[in-house]
Amino acid sequence: MIIDHPLLGPRDASEFIYLGDASLLKRPKWDEEKSEDNFYKYLYLRENVAGMHKELWFHQQGDRSWLVISRNTVTHEIFKVELATEFKKNMGKSND
Amino acid sequence: MTRPTRTKSSLINTNKKLSFVFNGKKYEGFQGDTLASALLANDVKLIARSFKYHRPRGIFTSGSHEPNALVEIVHDDYNEPNSKATTVELYEGLVAKSQNCWPSLKFDLMSINDKFSKFIGAGFYYKTFMWPSFFWEKVYEPVIRKAAGLGKLSKNKNNKNSEKGFLYCDLLIIGSGPSGLISAYIAGLSGIKVIIVEEDYVFGGSLNNEIFKISNMSPQAWIQSILKEIRKLSNVRCIENTSVIGMFDHGVFGAIQKLKESKIEQIFWKIVSKKALLCSGSLERLIPFQNNDLPGIMLSGSIRSYLNRWGVNNFDKVLLFTNNDDTYVTALDLISNGINLIGVVDTRDNPRIFDPKIKVFKSSQIVSAKGKLYLKGVDIVNKVGELTHLKCDYLGISGGWNPNIHLSCHTGVRPEWNEKIYAFVAGKTNVSTHLKAVGSANGRFSLNDCILDAEKQVLEILSDLEMKPKKYSLPKIKEQSFEIDPFWFVKIGSQRKWVDLQNDVTVKDIEMAYAENFRSVEHLKRYTTLGMGTDQGKTSNVTGLAILASLSNKSIPDVGTTVFRPPYIPLSIEALVGSSIGKNFKPTRLTPTHNWARDNGASFTETGLWLRAEWYSQKNEYHWRMSVDREVNSVRNSVGFCDVSTLGKIDIQGKDALEFVNKVYCNGFAKLPVGKVRYGLMLREDGIVMDDGTTARMCENHFIMTTTTVNAESVYRHLEFCHQCLWPEMDVHLISTTDAWAQIAIAGPKSRKIISKIVDKQFDVSNKNFPFMACKEITICGGVLARLFRISFSGELAYELSIPTQYASSLVSYLMEIGKDENIIPYGTEALGVMRIEKGHAAGAELNGTISAQNLNMGKMVSNKKDSIGMVLSKREGLNTLDGLRLVGLKPIKANHQLVSGSHLFNSSDTITPINDLGYITSSCYSPTLKSSIALGFLKNGNCRHGDYLKVSNPILKTEVIAEVCNPIFVDPNGDRLRE
Repeated sequence: MIIDHPLLGPRDASEFIYLGDASLLKRPKWDEEKSEDNFYKYLYLRENVAGMHKELWFHQQGDRSWLVISRNTVTHEIFKVELATEFKKNMGKSND
Repeated sequence: MTRPTRTKSSLINTNKKLSFVFNGKKYEGFQGDTLASALLANDVKLIARSFKYHRPRGIFTSGSHEPNALVEIVHDDYNEPNSKATTVELYEGLVAKSQNCWPSLKFDLMSINDKFSKFIGAGFYYKTFMWPSFFWEKVYEPVIRKAAGLGKLSKNKNNKNSEKGFLYCDLLIIGSGPSGLISAYIAGLSGIKVIIVEEDYVFGGSLNNEIFKISNMSPQAWIQSILKEIRKLSNVRCIENTSVIGMFDHGVFGAIQKLKESKIEQIFWKIVSKKALLCSGSLERLIPFQNNDLPGIMLSGSIRSYLNRWGVNNFDKVLLFTNNDDTYVTALDLISNGINLIGVVDTRDNPRIFDPKIKVFKSSQIVSAKGKLYLKGVDIVNKVGELTHLKCDYLGISGGWNPNIHLSCHTGVRPEWNEKIYAFVAGKTNVSTHLKAVGSANGRFSLNDCILDAEKQVLEILSDLEMKPKKYSLPKIKEQSFEIDPFWFVKIGSQRKWVDLQNDVTVKDIEMAYAENFRSVEHLKRYTTLGMGTDQGKTSNVTGLAILASLSNKSIPDVGTTVFRPPYIPLSIEALVGSSIGKNFKPTRLTPTHNWARDNGASFTETGLWLRAEWYSQKNEYHWRMSVDREVNSVRNSVGFCDVSTLGKIDIQGKDALEFVNKVYCNGFAKLPVGKVRYGLMLREDGIVMDDGTTARMCENHFIMTTTTVNAESVYRHLEFCHQCLWPEMDVHLISTTDAWAQIAIAGPKSRKIISKIVDKQFDVSNKNFPFMACKEITICGGVLARLFRISFSGELAYELSIPTQYASSLVSYLMEIGKDENIIPYGTEALGVMRIEKGHAAGAELNGTISAQNLNMGKMVSNKKDSIGMVLSKREGLNTLDGLRLVGLKPIKANHQLVSGSHLFNSSDTITPINDLGYITSSCYSPTLKSSIALGFLKNGNCRHGDYLKVSNPILKTEVIAEVCNPIFVDPNGDRLRE
């Protein structure tokens, strides 16, 4: 696989480490009534998508940036590669 | 009539004789031969025994799709089993032998299997060897493995190397037949970067098998002329002897290049290409009829290649059997070489007449081949059922041609059926790949169509890449026709008709699979093994599907097809491993004091990628325990130093650095003053302990975090995750400085004396002004920048001194010099480990990925007054039960009884069964301080059990020891020594 890094251009997938669903960016608040339940859902419940999936990759052997990659899990087509920092900022400040 | 055994061919150098040995007998061939062509020219027809029934088999094809002629190539130091005689280029002194036969190829005892074939048809293993179940492993499997199977590994090391490399291009062209060469030529002229790879050791593909004219030249002369043009272009790279074995996502291809006369045997290339053209040609298929596997029966096109390319001219009494026009090219070439062509058996009613000299048996089929070890003749039957016997030595079959679309399936694209050519063609390429089949791989079976197809597709690619083609000219070729009628297998006859020659799958096996309800193509494949093995059914798959279709009264596209998976040809594990073996398997990291340690008696141990000194042996020490006990005693009584540079060091800076550290550790850091260090416990988000370490606040916004050696990378990655993915708004910057700073622990009651000797005068390291857990940036030895931390892993008065890596070696030599009076010693990781167990510090063995803060007796450290990673879920009920595991110390009642890590704990009155299991031992050692074996472990409700005696059982080593549960801090539980 080739990942088109937003800063470094196309790089071989072997330079990256995969983490998983980008929903990990939506970390719940710690001090709410339902925090424990929210954290349980955040950590353990995942959609198993056949199709478009946003996921986290780390450029371990590169610039150490975390990327949010939009990938079709069926065809492996990659539609978008974003820096996680940018992605998170665009998500709005509602989660923290 | 006498003929020379070789006719003239530009691809065979008859002036260069090569001698070789096959099954112990010496033969001669020529430069340009494959092992197969040389054997055929020497009249060697019997080459191998089949996989299951040990039937005699000969050469069937002329390429990498060969199912039969598998041999073992014998090298000086190792053997290469399952080599295809049809692809091995002949060299002087080549030694090959048949495999899967005993005692000899001609008289193979296992051919008895053939007599019992009725009982060992498809699914036989599954049905027969069911009972008794333990018999499978002990009896059936070893026997079957011996009887069936391919070649044997010599198990000797190959002393040649494999390598790996990357290549990049705009256009990858796979195959150098007419379509490949034309594509490379047009694309190359435009200036884009092109790589053309050829599996064979000569370029030209199928054109090498032909003798018709292209632009008034022989095909071979035309190949050379266009290659000359292509080679003039510096942007085109031509690689022969290279098979593309797989297509992967986003235009990544794997290819294996075999090298001749080189210390490197093969290179595995990862080729990244924007576009790719599959010019892999087409492969002929067989027609099953009774005994169609006899040596002497070959594919029609392969007879033609042996005749034209390799000049093999000793074919005699040749019969051809076909359903298509291509076979008549073979027929004409045979006649023009003066070979006795018996005729062409054509299944069609009105085949085109190519030459009145060719005797055509139209509307006819071959029902049976005759002969024992070789083909002697065939029985044919015509439309009205008349049976005729024809004598022949060779039979060329053609059931039509399959575009060679193996690679097009690798990204999950299913082939599509083409009604015009009765074959599967490449399916629509999916979006993340961009491979297009061209020429006969695209079902264009005439040369003109191939060239026009190549031109069209290359021009499309150039326009996609926004490049303009330069002026080029295309060759002129006489129009050719290709007509075919579908004919899949001969229905007449009840004896076995071979579909898959390599796996001994017959029409009957397919019928049986169908009768037993294994009717989907995927089931059929697994039940009969159709299309498996080293050739992956390249000559048989479609025929097998057609038979299944006829049984189920469905059309072939309705039956469907299995898809090909990588690799295209078998490749050795070695090829994928490349040079990453032995010492090169992973990098080795050396500590900054490695050479000094080596010169001072150290033995080394692996910790992750690092090599660390485990102990330093002195002259009189003949057992490692002597060294370790001495080192521990020296540190506890005087002073020692240890290189702890391998611990991960993460530099954290920024306005929000304090808040960041406070969020990634579960214990409070908010009030950590400048100039102080604190122990930090890091949890995973699920509440389990990830790592621990210390973090020092050097300035207002500057922190230095340490991690365990093994987790240095994963903790760093985690922190970057926390920063970039969770809290990007925080002003904080992280960098790993593990390699930049060496860190030396100086420990023992006399350590302050040593430290004061090296620290520059202006810095006060007295207990009052530099107390326990203090940190400071200082200079030592007259101006060398350093960081001093008063932290202790050993439990003694201790310091850790950080200095730029390049000074580490000088520093330890200097420490030895100035510490002479205090008898300073270096100590290794083993003594370090003993002292941390004595002190009850958790390390890697305790932080095993299942342990919570509560288990470590640190539950109260987890602050619930702030947000931190893992805090919320660490409060889960299941992690907070009163009878949960707790870290305890253990001490055997007899001091010399060993407590082995991994042993489990039981009440002394209980039997040793899993239900009575109370916990386990994680770390153990002999403590020279306590003069006893000691251990750390996790025990249910452990804090309430100090003073109890338990059984420590190790069922694997069959040991059982009684031990007392105690406080895990064996030495100085109040920590007075740390603060002295």
